Amino acid sequence: MISNNPGLSRFLESYGIILVVIVMMAILYATQPATFLSAGNLSNILKQNAYPAMLALGMFVVIITAGIDLSVGSVLGLAIICIAVADKAGTPWPLVLLVGPLVGIASGLVNGLGYTMLKLPHPFIMTLGTLNIARGLTSLISQAPISGLQTEVRYPGQKVFDLGIFTPPAGIPLSFFLVIACAVGLWFFLNRTNMGRHIFAIGGNPQAARVSGIDVDRVLVYVYAICGFFAGLAALLLAGRTDSGFPLAGVGNELDAIAAVIIGGASFFGGRGTVLGVLAGVLIMGLLRNGLNLNNISPFWQQILIGLIIIIAVYIDVLRRRAATRK
Amino acid sequence: MNTAASPLLEAKGVTKYFGAITALRNVNFHVNSGEALGVVGDNGAGKSTLMKILSGLYQPSEGHLIFEGRPVHFSSPRIARNIGIEMVYQDFALAGNLPIYENIYLGREPGIRVGGLTIIDKAKAREMAQAHLDKLKIHVKSVDQPVEELSGGQRQAVAIARATAFDAKVVIMDEPTAALAIKEVGKVLDLIKTLKDHGVAVIMISHRMDDIFYACDRVMALFHGANFADSPLGKTNRNEVIGWIMGTKDHTAQLAHDRVH
Repeated sequence: MISNNPGLSRFLESYGIILVVIVMMAILYATQPATFLSAGNLSNILKQNAYPAMLALGMFVVIITAGIDLSVGSVLGLAIICIAVADKAGTPWPLVLLVGPLVGIASGLVNGLGYTMLKLPHPFIMTLGTLNIARGLTSLISQAPISGLQTEVRYPGQKVFDLGIFTPPAGIPLSFFLVIACAVGLWFFLNRTNMGRHIFAIGGNPQAARVSGIDVDRVLVYVYAICGFFAGLAALLLAGRTDSGFPLAGVGNELDAIAAVIIGGASFFGGRGTVLGVLAGVLIMGLLRNGLNLNNISPFWQQILIGLIIIIAVYIDVLRRRAATRK
Repeated sequence: MNTAASPLLEAKGVTKYFGAITALRNVNFHVNSGEALGVVGDNGAGKSTLMKILSGLYQPSEGHLIFEGRPVHFSSPRIARNIGIEMVYQDFALAGNLPIYENIYLGREPGIRVGGLTIIDKAKAREMAQAHLDKLKIHVKSVDQPVEELSGGQRQAVAIARATAFDAKVVIMDEPTAALAIKEVGKVLDLIKTLKDHGVAVIMISHRMDDIFYACDRVMALFHGANFADSPLGKTNRNEVIGWIMGTKDHTAQLAHDRVH
């Protein structure tokens, strides 16, 4: 039915994910009418999902190239500890704000250069290595949480605008605006610049990119650096929200980021996906957690459900590819 | 064809060694503007090696290339491309997820340079792609169609359009019809004729006599890495060319035919 209607199928491919979000919200509202749509709960959802959204945006760029970055959770951990240590060392706050993104970019460069220069068979290997290295470094720097950061350093992750209509702590978090700004910037980069299109071309057919004169290795180094940059931003937001740097920050978060990207419709085979879909994927995971919490359902069920959703999302991608490939 | 004037692209005394193996031995080659040259030879005869030297992927061990009367040295395919020598790959080398117009301008996007990036002028890229396809008489539903939705013949047409998008003077095609359905072969061969009309020199490696005798003006044969035969199409016939591929000359048509299964 859908295959007979390319217009409808294209619409569903682009915006179907938004429908899923709306349906989920309707179900959550039906089960918890009093709490779900309260300003407190909604601003909480936005606040909690800001840093996973940053990780997912970075992961998305890597997944477009049919790659993967397993290290983002550990890079987040390393960055958040570096932020906390720098802050405690009395570094002026404008510099502390730069620490997270810089640690992220540096880690990303290590991933990208290591993967391309050593000619490893798959980025899985390189980033599995840096997953362990970054986490080990994190614990070497500090095994205990470091809390009590400067106000300005906490600001991006903690500030909430009540706009005169919400009662604090409810309101629209600054981190939400930062995510939107990053998403718009990333969208522009991926869709309107030559390097963005080269990233998609590499995901579609690396050989085509190569013979078109694109320096594929160089672009891949940028891709992993961008992913690291977003992990560093995520660290800054988490540091602000929790007012601390802790060595176990981000453990397992790389898997949530991958899940969000895939649920959002990006293809694991590379070359496909949208920024809007990624944000929707993050929101779907966030709403699922929120809804199950509100309904007092065990977090173990959350894991089971998220696992099922990942499998279904990838299966949909497989079906889509099969439909797109001509016999 | 004016063979008296100096050829557009020429190779003189080209030899290529790969370690102990001699892939090409003192090979001479030339092609003129607006000429379609068929290159034939058995597997391992050196056709692909010669094409890779002409397109800058390999450098000759001995001998040299002459382009428009001047000696040239291609240290990379990019340099060959910059002076107008383009290659169309057997597997098309297109990104299936990208639309037609993006494939045509991949790596050479029109737009404004801003600090190392180009902000792509999509409207201009679409317009240029459409105009170029029209010039080559290639019909597609829309330049926005992803390449993966196209048939093999349409993909080959897009690959050729990409190769010629920037005033190519020589287009090298490696088995352009090998991956196509029979009914699409004719369209691609007609496209080769259109390129000729625009003054482009087309070099086509092919095993299919039908293709060569339909689209080419001249055929050259390599055998065991050396020049074996070279003739205008009008002065030879299929069986003789098949004989050349097998390394035989002056056999009767009957004998040459018998050797092919």
